[in-house]
Order: sequence, then structure tokens, then C-alpha cells
Amino acid sequence: MSQTKGNKQGAVQTTGHAWDGDIQEFNNPLPGWWLWSFYATVVFAVVYWVFYPAWPIADSYTKGVMNNVTFVDGKGNEKTTHWNTRSVLLRDLQEGKTAVLSREYMDKVAAAGYSEILADPEMMAFTRSMAKGIFGDNCAPCHGAGGAGVIGLFPNLADDDWLWGGSVEDIEMTINDGHFGFMPAFRETFSEAQLNDVASYVLSLSGQSVDASASARGKTVFQTDEGGCHYCHTPAATGLKSQGAANLTDQIWTIVDVNGAADLEGKMALVKQVISNGVERRMPHWSERLTPAQIKLLTVYVHELGGGQ
Amino acid sequence: MVDTGTDTLYQQRMPIYPRSVKGRFRNFKWAVLGFAYSVYFLLPWLRWERNVGPDQAVLFDIAARKFYLFNLVAHAQDLLWLVGVLLIAALLLFFVTGIAGRVFCGYFCFQTLWTDLYLLIERLVQGDRVARIRLDKSPWNANKLLRKAATHALWLAVAFWTGLTFTLYWDNAPQLLVKWFTGSAPFAAYATTLFLTATTYVMAGLAREQVCTYMCPYARFQSAMFDAHTRIVAYDESRGEGAQGRHKISREQKSREQRRQQGSGDCIDCGFCVQVCPTGIDIRNGLQVQCISCALCIDACDTIMESLGWESGLIRYTSEAASDGRKSSVWRPKTIAYGLALLIAIAALAWSVSSQAPLDVAVIQVRQPLFVRLSDGNIQNSYELHLENKTNEAIELAIMMRGLAGAELDVGRFDALILAPQRSLRVLVHVRWRSSHSEKGSRSFFLDVIPQERKDIGMISAPATFYMPGNNR
Repeated sequence: MSQTKGNKQGAVQTTGHAWDGDIQEFNNPLPGWWLWSFYATVVFAVVYWVFYPAWPIADSYTKGVMNNVTFVDGKGNEKTTHWNTRSVLLRDLQEGKTAVLSREYMDKVAAAGYSEILADPEMMAFTRSMAKGIFGDNCAPCHGAGGAGVIGLFPNLADDDWLWGGSVEDIEMTINDGHFGFMPAFRETFSEAQLNDVASYVLSLSGQSVDASASARGKTVFQTDEGGCHYCHTPAATGLKSQGAANLTDQIWTIVDVNGAADLEGKMALVKQVISNGVERRMPHWSERLTPAQIKLLTVYVHELGGGQ
Repeated sequence: MVDTGTDTLYQQRMPIYPRSVKGRFRNFKWAVLGFAYSVYFLLPWLRWERNVGPDQAVLFDIAARKFYLFNLVAHAQDLLWLVGVLLIAALLLFFVTGIAGRVFCGYFCFQTLWTDLYLLIERLVQGDRVARIRLDKSPWNANKLLRKAATHALWLAVAFWTGLTFTLYWDNAPQLLVKWFTGSAPFAAYATTLFLTATTYVMAGLAREQVCTYMCPYARFQSAMFDAHTRIVAYDESRGEGAQGRHKISREQKSREQRRQQGSGDCIDCGFCVQVCPTGIDIRNGLQVQCISCALCIDACDTIMESLGWESGLIRYTSEAASDGRKSSVWRPKTIAYGLALLIAIAALAWSVSSQAPLDVAVIQVRQPLFVRLSDGNIQNSYELHLENKTNEAIELAIMMRGLAGAELDVGRFDALILAPQRSLRVLVHVRWRSSHSEKGSRSFFLDVIPQERKDIGMISAPATFYMPGNNR
């Protein structure tokens, strides 16, 4: 294989020793290029030991010289350490070209008012791309990656119905403070007949053709102290954002999938189920977990999801 | 293959000391070298005025995916142009090789150009062929050390400037130069520069003709394009050898008449043609794979012939057919086909560049959720529009829709949708539509992006799909 000097085919060099008269040792030295590459890696390794973390010593290790990395840690303190990939990454995330650009733009958006952001296509595009990540990290586990929510558990943010108000101010308040949505259970209060009547009335509000007399009886329960529904849902049944009470006159159902039910009987059963069991939903507050700027981006993002109010 | 008494396939390099020569081909080669170097080394420094973007005439901005070529700005989507340029380069090589042989190798290849420059440096520092041979054979002393060190230092300097110049094409040249020397340039800039410094130094300084003989694929496949009509550098054997072969000038063989009588040819076997050859071959042995058609042997032979007062052209550009006394033609089926393909490729690229879309629109459907039921029972779909302005002026845009009767389009609350020059923008739009019970599944429609107050840019209709509950469930 290796054709080094003096190594001719059929005439392999020997080391020159002879034992027992005729036992000799072949000498097949490594090719020069291989040997020199090996020496070069040895030199490289020694240089590496000097400049980079390398040798373990008891519970520590050699840190290397002239390789300081300075970065700002999570608490805002400037730190200088020996070279390591984690610190280099942190420094790049803070001082890299795109990081600086994005921070500058973030400051611009943070300083702008909501109406200013909503009127500027570029700021909206920036907000959407930044907020998508924040939403994905914090909101998507419940509301879903696209904000579509889960019926009965987490409201849909991509439609135009807002339990707690859909203006940017309302949305910001919701994210900051969280919410506790509550409707009492009526299974102890209402008889089966009353349940039927109220359910009929509720369905009639969104244009379903139901038994007129049942609906009329239900209306009485709804609008008087017999049921007391009007306190939260308002006499017009359009809901009350201070209570997170749903608008019953529109086509959106957030607790049960009425639109998906096949027939009136199914729809009735679903509405009765909500009246019987009540509703209890909770959204945590985010003011302590997210910065005001992040909440601002999220507010605009959520506002835009369904078209905004 | 030189028989070295072993079965090894490795051939030790024989040192080649090309001698300098003067002549018309040498002058042409210097002119090509001067022109190519002026372009290569000066182009990054040429400033260019643009409404937006860098003030550098040629800049390949990888980070922004924009490639500036004077007034042309190529975007990532225009990558096909690069294919076009490469195709044209390949066809041009085929075409020229079919007609005139290895013209590229001899005059234009960067390996040839840089080797020429390195040989010039070598000659200026160490002297011409004979002096160099003597220097190499002499024992190491101060003079040899100084001259060798100076040669390699100059080679490295040229190699470094070559590598750095290449790097300057990829960023703002004056700024990058300062950054490079102050240690604040990106790693890629140092890596590229040092890599090209190393390759230039090794290839042009140390490897030289071995690149052409052993490494270069073009050298080998150009032979496939040769035929009897291809122009090659060739020695006129019948004239040079005569009946009795070549003969040195001697007292008995001085004039042509004397030589004719004794059957000697015109070749006086001075060896000049061999000494000037940068690949170290003897052209009198016929066409060889090492020959890069640099034509320096023509210059050498012509110099000798002129000094003897004999007509030049003992070594000359000719073709196999012509030297056999047949008619040599330039236009053959092969060259015509290459020429046509070349013309078509050039026309296609020119058309593609001239019809670059000034405005680019892409519609991306928001799929999570695919549709949303609104409070009034309408269905809403959302779309993200990617808009890109490839012109140097701002474009004001209006977005409309058609194809869905009674549908409502919501483009947000913008005062005006203005697309800055050479910038792209993403806009989220909502489409609301009441689907009747009979219509389920999906419907196709168009989102129209209409430039305002710009007659030169046409409207772009982007197809989109509206999804409804029903079959999707």
C-alpha cells in the first residue's frame, strides 16, 4: 500500500535485526503525509489546551486563556466567563446583528400607541412574527397554536365574539389580570320543565325555531328573579363583558357545540347541560410572567386574530 | 509514464523552469491578464448610486438575499438566472472549444492567469530560466535564502489580496476591509480569505501545471470536443523535419539551401519552444493532453525563424485537417449546434432578466383554524399575504377580492398600504362570507393586489381558497 522511499515491490525493507539466524522484522513505515498530518493534529491539540477549556482537574477543569466571553445574564448583570458555547450563544442572542435590529424595532413598537401600531403595516407584520412566538410559548397550550381554543374549556380567540371585551384595552386587561368566568349551576334550582323552557328560550334567541309556548315560559324565568339569568346576560341577552357573560343572541357557542348538533333535540340537550352544570373557567394573569412590551405585542396579535373590535 | 523501476503510479514532479519569451501571443496574454485583473481587483471598489441599497456596484448580500449587479438587483427567487449564467458559460466553453480548441485554458483560465503572474514574480526576483536553475542547484546561502523567501512572500501577498478581494464582493468593501484588519469581521470573512489565500498560493505557486494535467476536469473533457477541424497549436512536421529530421545549425548546415540539400528540415532544434512551455512538454511530439494551447511556443519559434530570416509559422495554429492538406471548416454540425444552443440560452436569460416581476405576491392560507364561525353566522377565513417590492420606488397597494359574491374583505386598519423600495411585507387579511347550506367544502377566488398610481406595474391576481364547515368535518 504505502510506497515510501526504498520500499520497492517485492523488496520490503527490514529493520536489520536477525534472530536465530534468519528471523527478520519487516519495516513498513507510515506514509509521510499521514505521519505529518498526525503531528499537525498533536500541535493543534496542544494549542487548543492553552486557549480553550480542556483538562479536568478534580472537580474543576482548565479554563483556557484569553478567551473571555462577556454577556448579560437573565437578571441583567454583566458577566464575564471563560469561553463556552452557552455564553457565546447568550452573547449572540444579545449582541448579534439580528438581535440588535429586533430589539430596536421592539423598542419602537413598545413606545407606540395601539392605534399607531394598528395603522402601520410594518409594525403589524413585526408584531405578528414576534407575538407568534410569545403566544406559542404561553397561550397555545390552552388556546391552541392558532387561537381556536377548545369548546367547553378555552374560548376561541380567532372569532369576533369576546366574552370579556374585544377592544385592545379590554384584551390587555384580560392578559394582565386573568379572569375567572363563572355561571352558577341550576340543577338544584330548576325543575326539568323549567330547564326545558329556559333552554328553548335561549335557543330562540339565536334564531332557532323552538316550541313558542315553552320559549315564552322560559323567557319569564330568564327575565325575572325566578332564574335571574338577566342579571349577567342582560335583559337583551347580549352578555356583559364585566362578568364575562356570553352573548346568547349570536351564533357562537363557547361551552357546548350547539352548531354541531344534528337536530333540535341535540341542541336542547346541550344547552340544558350547561344550565344544569353551570360554568367555571379560569385564565391565569400574565402581568408577572411577561413584560409590558410582550403583553402589548400579544394584545395586538390576539386582537388581529379574529379581525379585532 | 517515466519508468522509475517501480510499479508505482505516482510520478515525481519534474521541476519546470519556463523561459520568458516575447511575441504577439505573449502580448495578448498580458493584455488579457491586465484586463481580467483590473476587473477582478477593482470591481468591489466601484461605487454605484441607488435609491435604496448599498452604494457598491457589485455586491452579493447573502444575509439579505439580494445580489446587486449595477442597476440589476437579483433576489433569491431569481436563482434560475444563476443556472442560466452557468449554462451559458458551459455552452460558450463547448462552442469555443469546438472551433478553436483550448482557448479558455491558454488565455482566460484563472489557473493560467495566476500562474503567469507567479512566474513573472519568480523571474523578477530570481532571474530567468538559467538563473533559476542555477539558483536551485546552488547550496543554500544568504543570496538563495533571500531570493526564495522574497519570492514566496510576494506569492503569499498576491494570494492574500486575491482571497481578500473575493471576500470583498460579499459585503460593503471599504467597511469590510477596515473590519478585516481590526479583527471585527465575521468569521466567514477570515475563513474565506485565508482559504483562498492558501489555495491560490498552493495552486499557482506550487502545483501549477499539475492542476491542468491531473486535477482539472475541463482539461480532460475538452478533448472530447476536439475533432480534425479543431484549431490546435501544432508543429509543422513535414517542414521542420524534412527528409532526414531536424538538425542544429552548423557550418555545413547554415542556409536553407544547404539544409535542403542534406535533407534537413527547418527546425534547428534550438529547444526554445520546449524551454518556454509552462507545462514542460515538447510540442514537436504532437498534440498532448498537457498542452493548454497558450501559444508561447509559437512566439518562441517565430522569434527564432525571424532572426534566421526564414518565414514564421513552423509552429502555428492549425488543425489536423489543414495540416493533412484537407479543407478545414469552422462551421460544422457540432459547432452550429453549440452556437444555436448558446444563442437560445443567452436569449432566454436576457428575456428572463428583462421581464423580472417588479412585484411579488404569495398567498398563504392560515390553517389553524382553517375557518371560524362568526357571531352573525358568517364564516371567516384568514390569509397571510407576502408582498415583495423589487423596484427602487415605494409602491402603494390596494387589496381587493373577486370571485365570492357578497363576501367581505378585511385588510386591517391601515391608513395606506405602502411597500417600501426593495422591501417585503406580510399582511394578514380576513375574508368573511355567508355560505348557504347548499355550499359546503371550499370555493376558489382571487385576491387582487393592485398598485396605485403606477401604470407600469400590473395588477397581480393571486388564487386563494375559501373553506367552509361541512365536508371538512
